[in-house]
Amino acid sequence: MRGNSILRIVGGRVYDPANGVDGVVRDLCICDGKIVADVEAGRTIDATGMVVFPGGVDVHTHVAGAALNFARAMIPEDHRRNLAFVRDRIRHGGIGGSTPTTYITGYLYAGQGYTTVNEAAVPILTARHTHEELRDTPIIDKSTCVLMANNEIVLDLLEAGEYERAKEVVGWSIWAAKAYGVKAVNPGGVTAWKWGKDVKGFREPVPGYSKVTPADIVSSLAKIVDELRLPHAVHLHCNNLGAPGNVATTLETMKALEGSRAHLAHLQYHAYGGDDWTNFRSESVRIAEEFNRNPNLTTDAGAVLFGNTVTITADGPWQHLLHKLTGRKWGNIDVENETGCGVVPYVYKEKNLVNAVQWAVGLELLLLIDDPWRIYLTTDHPNGAAFWRYPEIIRLLMDLDFRREQIRKLAPAALNRIFLPELNRCYTLYEIAIITSAGPARALGLANKGNLGVGADADVAVFNNDKDAAKMFSYPRYVIKGGEIVIEEGEIRNTVEGKGLLVRPHYDPSVEDFIRPLFEKHYTMSFDNYPVELERVEHAEVRPCN
Amino acid sequence: MQLTATTAKTVLTLKQRPHIPLEAEVLTPDRLAFKTRDEIAALPLVLGKRQVRVDDYFDVEGDGSHELEIHGDVGRVKWIGRGMTRGRIVIRGNAGMHLGAFMSGGAIEVDGNASDWVGGEMRGGLIRVTGNAGGQIGAAYRGSMSGMRDGTILIGGTAGLEVGMRMKRGIIAIRGKVKDFAGLQMKGGTIVLMSGAEIRTGAWMVRGTIISLAPLRLLPTFAFTSAYDPTFLNLYSKCLAPYGFALPRAGKEGIYRRYMGDSAVPGKGELLVWQPNSP
Repeated sequence: MRGNSILRIVGGRVYDPANGVDGVVRDLCICDGKIVADVEAGRTIDATGMVVFPGGVDVHTHVAGAALNFARAMIPEDHRRNLAFVRDRIRHGGIGGSTPTTYITGYLYAGQGYTTVNEAAVPILTARHTHEELRDTPIIDKSTCVLMANNEIVLDLLEAGEYERAKEVVGWSIWAAKAYGVKAVNPGGVTAWKWGKDVKGFREPVPGYSKVTPADIVSSLAKIVDELRLPHAVHLHCNNLGAPGNVATTLETMKALEGSRAHLAHLQYHAYGGDDWTNFRSESVRIAEEFNRNPNLTTDAGAVLFGNTVTITADGPWQHLLHKLTGRKWGNIDVENETGCGVVPYVYKEKNLVNAVQWAVGLELLLLIDDPWRIYLTTDHPNGAAFWRYPEIIRLLMDLDFRREQIRKLAPAALNRIFLPELNRCYTLYEIAIITSAGPARALGLANKGNLGVGADADVAVFNNDKDAAKMFSYPRYVIKGGEIVIEEGEIRNTVEGKGLLVRPHYDPSVEDFIRPLFEKHYTMSFDNYPVELERVEHAEVRPCN
Repeated sequence: MQLTATTAKTVLTLKQRPHIPLEAEVLTPDRLAFKTRDEIAALPLVLGKRQVRVDDYFDVEGDGSHELEIHGDVGRVKWIGRGMTRGRIVIRGNAGMHLGAFMSGGAIEVDGNASDWVGGEMRGGLIRVTGNAGGQIGAAYRGSMSGMRDGTILIGGTAGLEVGMRMKRGIIAIRGKVKDFAGLQMKGGTIVLMSGAEIRTGAWMVRGTIISLAPLRLLPTFAFTSAYDPTFLNLYSKCLAPYGFALPRAGKEGIYRRYMGDSAVPGKGELLVWQPNSP
């Protein structure tokens, strides 16, 4: 929420890529929750020798909803491994780990200087629950993407060639879920999973359909999102995630997206070569080259760090395969006509060749994609690693010696499957500010985020200038959210509430007459209970689409 | 002041039995060894959601040492010896849940009964209970991949459900009768059942050995492989005999029948069931 403090941050080196400010020492003034040109009175924060960043923006994360709750319930062993957060006068209690509880999610994000996150996968059917959880996720602003690429009503319309009506349904669904964007997960694959199958070819019909292919779904949704004038492009989790040789599918997908905007989520999981697990290798160079040629695309890394985590995705068939590969426990959720979900705990191990390649690919993409404005720092939390480990990745990007030291820990056999040892690029602080804040804010179409210009939201992170980037970005000295100081001297001092960001696309309300009978025939709940009321979203900020 | 652990004992005597469980993970030689009597008296225990002091519930005698003796019925005191790495705890009375959970060294002796989760996920050391114990002895906590990874647990009386669930290594020996699911999802290690067990022994076991001196009702997914004299039992018997768990040698008195399973998983665990020769 908008604060009413008056602040002046003096003497800090300001990194504000949205306005081309690269490490200039200057004052930053804040009033009424906004960045302003000057203030007369108020508190002064001495940031001499410190680094001032716009608050972090996470373009792709999973922090709330039915699937995440299912995962939380499935991994008591993870909760035991992690220290509990004890309630105090300011903070609620909870637990950290791979899937932190709602309040702790807010504290941990803010605790590393992040102030806006995008929950990347919400079915309409569980959107109400998701918004309830997001309401209990303090400090940060939250947007959501609604899952559309396996929605059977949409797929039936695309099969029948009724593109215009499909567009109306998508528009209606976004508003029904009180979402901000459209997510496509393994287009057609999750629908096929309901028959125990997955989609095979990008240009072969989805099982259960005679015409519509994953390629059709991808290009139609991208076009729909553009025509609905959503601020964020279609958020796409490509087919064949995690599979050896999936580079071919990813390249085909990029081709199918020509002429539309699109955000390719967690690209790391889609840049593999080889035919099977024995000759699994990195194809980041081919992916990066093609990506660099397509300015219509943005992406996020989906980087992997070694250690324990839990994988959660709407990609049901992949999760079943992962369960079969690892022998770990498996949770599967069916979300009626909309999507599915799988949960499998996982450990990424340095000495495992496949994991070593995955670790390298995430970093390679961040280093090979030459425009930092188009690739953002994520781990597809919690799939590649928990979000609170982002500072470790920042260190790997900035510190070549440290990176080489880590590469030496890999099994020697992994080294001829990856490109990372040959890459010498190091990120600058300016570029880190782009991939953690200014870039994702621009991709999400949030002009007031990731921006320290006059008039922008006063979301600011102040870090000690430490040689160890992991330490520097793990413990900000100050974090200011909406003009209020929430972290001071590395401690939470104040827990403001965040906003719910959503869009209101244009659609013909009469489309409801089309959806209602279908819904009443196929769903288990009443149609009138289906759309989420606006009042359910705490501090909603609704954006028109124009 | 330089503190060294004294050779004397630290003695805690329960003043009053708590009306709800008291969590006492500070009661380990590791935590007490270098503390004075007063420091020990001030250590925190958790009663429900409230923090209390050790001397709210115990009389404390002596400074910290590697030898801790607890007197009284501490059947409602949980987590004694949690994560201990050395030293000895002697409990004269009943012990509460999670006794010696996560311990990696040292010894715990209970002159009385113990509750559930004795030696849960322990890594090493010895736990000896003269009386009965509850379920989940040496087991994996819910969700964990493996239970005890090493060490020895000896129970003089009976035990409850899921003894040695997901254990990976180490020995559990139980003199009395054991309830269902002994060795559930066992991955390694040895369970010795001196008086047998109720049903579903070794269900889903992948590896490891369950030795029973009494007949077992076997799951249909265990197959008879041979009747023989397992030489390794010699070594085990020698090691367990001082504690009164001597195992008979195959020969004139009888033989061990070996069953392999659980083929439902499928697993290669073994059940060795002692079959005395008919007179």
